[in-house]
Amino acid sequence: MSVPAITIRKLVKRFGETTVLQDIDLEIPEGKVSCLIGPSGSGKSTLLRCLAFLEESTSGMITINGEALGFFEDANGKRERLPAAQIRAVRAKTGMVFQQFNLWPHMTALGNVSEALKIVRKVPKAEAEERAMTQLRKVGLENRAGHYPSQLSGGQQQRVAIARALALEPKIMLFDEPTSALDPELTGEVLNVMRDLAAEGMTMVVVTHEIGFAASVGQQISFLDHGRLLFSGPPAEIFAKPRHPRLEQFLDTYLDRGASMLA
Amino acid sequence: MMFDPQVIIQKLPEIGSGLFVTLWLWVAGVLGGVVAGFIVATARRFGGFVVNTLLGAVVEVLRGTPFLIQIFLLYYGGPFVGLMLDPIPCGLIGLTVYSAAYYSEVFRAGYASVPHGHVEAAECLGMTRLQTIARIQIPEMALIVLPPAINLAIILLKESAVLSIITVPELTATVSAIGSQQYAFLEAIFVLAVTYWIIVELTDRLGRQAEKRLSRLRFSKA
Repeated sequence: MSVPAITIRKLVKRFGETTVLQDIDLEIPEGKVSCLIGPSGSGKSTLLRCLAFLEESTSGMITINGEALGFFEDANGKRERLPAAQIRAVRAKTGMVFQQFNLWPHMTALGNVSEALKIVRKVPKAEAEERAMTQLRKVGLENRAGHYPSQLSGGQQQRVAIARALALEPKIMLFDEPTSALDPELTGEVLNVMRDLAAEGMTMVVVTHEIGFAASVGQQISFLDHGRLLFSGPPAEIFAKPRHPRLEQFLDTYLDRGASMLA
Repeated sequence: MMFDPQVIIQKLPEIGSGLFVTLWLWVAGVLGGVVAGFIVATARRFGGFVVNTLLGAVVEVLRGTPFLIQIFLLYYGGPFVGLMLDPIPCGLIGLTVYSAAYYSEVFRAGYASVPHGHVEAAECLGMTRLQTIARIQIPEMALIVLPPAINLAIILLKESAVLSIITVPELTATVSAIGSQQYAFLEAIFVLAVTYWIIVELTDRLGRQAEKRLSRLRFSKA
């Protein structure tokens, strides 16, 4: 067993009085697809946002490829914020894909994908655009390079957003409900791109309501409810014989909606 | 009393020079206001609590008092603090400061309308705060505020008529003077209304044209 891509230890996140994540312990294996599922408000998106350091955890620790993200906590629970440069370096190992795509509307698809290469990595313009084109080709949108986000469908926008994250060659891709804002007929094209990525061996953490995707592509499924990690394991275990009553209840609502072939 | 356009036609050169003063004061006031308003809004947005509160208070005073009163204060009150201004510089300063206050509010609302997710995306890609402001927040804000910014320019054109009170030789002052000299009040007011309306209409068209051209750079559909 190799070193986990991400280790989450005793992670707690509170917003004021509300505890959103309570003592999360989880290891995300390298090169696998890990899906976070659970009802709305279960904390799965917050957990993912903690991995992207868009939210700062209250206590506990996250390590990415063995390096602490944001905070270092010793055995006694003494916590120390790491220097900004180090936070930046560890964050660069992950790429983030949002539910709302969050493409910059004043830049073309190519501009969106090449921007960080040019501005952050200081790659010369021509090379940055060449590399951006490679990523756009990968998501099947090389012929849309000159289009602005407003001229693209939701599915295309999300694929550009994936290409944008991939352009910086992250070790781990984080997806926050990547298909939730899409019409059902557009989710397929995004899920296909994600399947291709998984097939290449990319480490992926996916918050999703697409139980079918989780069951077929996910190699580790984690179920959260009320800020607690109730179950984590391979899909065969979690879907075939749900053991936790809350999980059973949660999956039932999907079975009701016609996903019964999973049972 | 008859409506006699002859009176006005004779005075066209004078009216033209009044129109010229109105136009350049307006353009200068709007440009100055856009630049100063942008600086104020950007400082308020990113400059922290103290800067935001102080500038906010100044903006509130300027928005909370009539333009006419501000101009009076500057023109008649200025000399008491050693600030002797001729009508035109006084009008230019007054119009610029007034428009800066309003433009800063337009830009403030524009900044607030940039979706936070766009900023988070930049952050996740490793952009610094300054890079995000320069490359993402400012351009997106500028596109969002285009329609209200044009609208404000139109309002300011009409507000500039107030400068006639402190004897700035602009369009309203010139044409009303002609009206009283010739006892042709109706004609004068008619000419005034039509002239302002034509400029407003042209500005509006220009704005719509720009909006149309830039529409594809606006919000992406989610």
